[in-house]
Amino acid sequence: MSSLSLSRRQALLAAPAMLAAPAIAQAQPRAVKLGIIQPVTGALAQDGEYGRLGAELAIADINAGGGIKALGGAPIEMVFGDARSTPDGGVAEVEKMQAEGVLAIVGGFASPICLAASQAASRYDLPYIVDVGVSDQIVSRGLANTFRFGPGFGTVTATALDNLVAINDAAGKPARSAVIVHEDGLFGSGMARLLNAELPKRGFQVLETIAHPTPSRDMSNVALRIRALNPDLIIPSSYYAEFVLLSQTLQQRRIRPKGIYCILNGAASNFRFVREFPEAANLVMDCNHWADPRKPKTAELRRRVEAQNRFWLYNVPLNYSAVMLFADALERAGRADRGALIQALAATGPAFDRHIMPYGPTQFVNGQNQGGKPVNTQVQNGDIKVIFPRDFADAQPIYPVTG
Amino acid sequence: MTIRETLPILGFLVAAVLVSLFVTSNVVLNFLVFTLILAIAAQGWNLLGGYGGQYSFGHAAFFGMGAYVSAILQQRFGVNAYPAVAFGIAAAALLGYAIGAMVFRAGLRGSYFALVTLAFAEVLRILANATEITGGAAGLLISLNLGAGNLQFANRSSFLILAAVLLAIAMLITLALEKSRTGAQLVAVRENEAAAAALGVDILAVKLRAISLSAALTGAAGALYAQYFLYIDSNIAFGTWISVEALLAPIIGGAGTVFGPLIGALILQGLSEGTKMLIGRIPGIDLIIFGVLLILVVRFPLHRIPGLIAARWRGKGAP
Amino acid sequence: MGYPPEILLEAVANGLLIGAVYGLVALGLTLVYGVLHIINFAHGALLTLAMYAAFVAHGAFGLDPYAAMIPLAGLFFVLGYLVQRLVIGPASRGDDSNMLLVTLGLSIIIENAMLAIFRSDTMTIRLPYAMSMVELGDVLLSVPRLIGFGVTLLMALLLFVLMTRTDTGRAIRAVAKERTGAALVGIDVAHIYAVTFGIGTACLAIAACLLLPSFYVSPRVGNAFVLVAFTIVVLGGMGSVTGALLGGLFIGVVESLSGLYFGDSLGQIGIFLIFILVLLLRPTGLFGARA
Repeated sequence: MSSLSLSRRQALLAAPAMLAAPAIAQAQPRAVKLGIIQPVTGALAQDGEYGRLGAELAIADINAGGGIKALGGAPIEMVFGDARSTPDGGVAEVEKMQAEGVLAIVGGFASPICLAASQAASRYDLPYIVDVGVSDQIVSRGLANTFRFGPGFGTVTATALDNLVAINDAAGKPARSAVIVHEDGLFGSGMARLLNAELPKRGFQVLETIAHPTPSRDMSNVALRIRALNPDLIIPSSYYAEFVLLSQTLQQRRIRPKGIYCILNGAASNFRFVREFPEAANLVMDCNHWADPRKPKTAELRRRVEAQNRFWLYNVPLNYSAVMLFADALERAGRADRGALIQALAATGPAFDRHIMPYGPTQFVNGQNQGGKPVNTQVQNGDIKVIFPRDFADAQPIYPVTG
Repeated sequence: MTIRETLPILGFLVAAVLVSLFVTSNVVLNFLVFTLILAIAAQGWNLLGGYGGQYSFGHAAFFGMGAYVSAILQQRFGVNAYPAVAFGIAAAALLGYAIGAMVFRAGLRGSYFALVTLAFAEVLRILANATEITGGAAGLLISLNLGAGNLQFANRSSFLILAAVLLAIAMLITLALEKSRTGAQLVAVRENEAAAAALGVDILAVKLRAISLSAALTGAAGALYAQYFLYIDSNIAFGTWISVEALLAPIIGGAGTVFGPLIGALILQGLSEGTKMLIGRIPGIDLIIFGVLLILVVRFPLHRIPGLIAARWRGKGAP
Repeated sequence: MGYPPEILLEAVANGLLIGAVYGLVALGLTLVYGVLHIINFAHGALLTLAMYAAFVAHGAFGLDPYAAMIPLAGLFFVLGYLVQRLVIGPASRGDDSNMLLVTLGLSIIIENAMLAIFRSDTMTIRLPYAMSMVELGDVLLSVPRLIGFGVTLLMALLLFVLMTRTDTGRAIRAVAKERTGAALVGIDVAHIYAVTFGIGTACLAIAACLLLPSFYVSPRVGNAFVLVAFTIVVLGGMGSVTGALLGGLFIGVVESLSGLYFGDSLGQIGIFLIFILVLLLRPTGLFGARA
């Protein structure tokens, strides 16, 4: 059974692996196996698919560039597992990857999956790099094997709040009132709680906090209440489909606040949304994971993604960078050994530059990259621009929205 | 209930112990532990649905109750795992009784009963997602605390033995029920409620006993899940996935039989994992095959043949 | 928290409009239940399939969803007929629990076939009138939703006429009430089962066309409506066309108002609590026959 699955999985990346073999008359370096777990079926299939894409692009780039030099040019071989959008599915894949002898695992996407899978991996001291999963619990369990390159929930919400205040201040404080709309899951609820506690201290009045389920069948009443309250700002934190419904409904009812400031929104930093709903998307701001627009690799990756008829989302650069982190740590570790890899990962510093995220200097504390931060984007002229912070911005915020 | 009748169950237990001792593949062990957890949940459903004929679509309510009460007691009140799990099971049983009292007294049956249980599970799911004590949307993480004293084991084989023991107990309870007066009354209610009532069976009491026991078993599965994965949230604990698993397995394996839930769980999980091997570049193909196989298994229930043979053999020797 | 009357009025109006679509989705389900006595697990997946069909009709053939309603209804009637006649019927051989499993298997196949063909992306179509609103005093109503409301009423009326005035309708009701007796008087039960399933699926096709302008399509889009459809079927009485329609409107308003007062998330509880209460107090539903 396991040899059958091996051959199927090897078929996944045979081409780049062969490309990476150095043309020297010596023994072919053994491929390094990297486990990639993503939920490509079930409720989270959309994010899982793009996460896988990001990982594949990174592995292709590494192999095309000569593989892992410290291991004699060893190519990376992807061992892919479908988490089936459940934590037990993720755990089953971890076990299979362990049996296949992977050196590390990247992925998971959803916090419950990441929590369960990284826990299972810790039994084998198997390094686990979380791609998205923002729950703070992921890095607070004292597991030496678990790393997260991107920001956690606490950082995202604190940064979102700070940036909102900064953007508002810079524009002369046009907004004083806000309505929060959030999905009733982990980050939506937590974000709403934090904002309710902090916004009043920074001079904002929260008129109402509206929680909605995922999936939602209708946003008419949410729009109705927003219209009645007439806030200066709407702060939505929802998944893709629900924000599409909300923004369409807002557009229908001609509700135009001074700003729509999204946080970790599934649609606002998603090019499909921008393409399909240009009017609704225009000038919507988001505080989210996003790629560094200044790095040339970002534009190149985006072209390759769009050439495949897919859209540019944050899952791709995040997973790309996570795999690059693995490769970078492996180079420094110098040998295909899990313990050495964990140490190298923990020791990763600002010199790690093959990632394309707009982060501060890389430094891991308890597995969390302290440099990881979200950035603010805004849809302008059918494009998603980074508007804040200044170091990474490629456009100015257009705020408040008038007319 | 004679020793002879319990032999298959003891046989299963011995087999499970042997597997845990000699199988080293953690892939297989993890698969088996998860499958047995589902089988325990299904065993609970089977009591009410298979024997009692009351098909519940909301057994997640009991699964989640067992999981959450056990987890909350451990995490928020520092209670040791063993009493916590026991309380979880008791809470699930109580919930079963409460729901039964409301629903059976109103005379709900058949599809109405099925859907009202679904509604209860949904209400609990929404509440668990919104309240503080359950951890709300962030879920509940049970602190890693390895040791038999905390019902957390470093190796999968120990969990397998634990799950097998719990399932064996559940099967023994099912067998005992089958042979008892309550069991006979339960089956009578399933076959023809009016006739049973005419014969003097206290319909309400029988159903209440069944649902409480059923809920306790499924609650035990929930508590075990929490100990194994150490993380639950409202969708894991009260989601429709577990309600569906709990009812699918007995129906496939043979509703109203002692081994039905286990056989069904093994078939379902086996098919699911088996088709996963076929995963390719295009997601979803493996699950299409799983759906097709599921329909085929229903159409050609070859796995029922051993059970039919066994029943025929027993029937020949029965007094 | 008190709300001014205009808000309440618009919330009720919104509830009625979305409730009509719920009712249409529930119509197919209630017929299938009332006649075949099975809870159709594949209902959500069939709705998903219908929405993809409407999506493709628009993308590949330029058909406006409203124009596609009739051809798709016909197509899905045939599809439903064949699925019941060739797959569900033979596989389950009349056993209720087998039918559950088979429809569940079907739902898995359909959902993942859509995933494999269309990928997981959430997709929408743009229509010029999708954004239009109608103003009735202070109340704003969405045009696609209004059309949906009208069509649903029409469908309910048509079905009612079908069930009460035509031979097929009488045959369906006969099979629903007493299958063996119906067979004895010469009604082809397997055929009637398939016709009923076909009608149910056709209703879904129409519901999909009504939903698409203001909604989206993804491999799991239908699932969002299943639970609420089941609730309405039981509430309105299994097998009752009037019940499905009125139940849908009722649930739509309940959902709207409880969303207003408890937030859309917690407000979902309103639907299920009402459901539980109705069942405890009036087990056969508002318009149903015996359990």
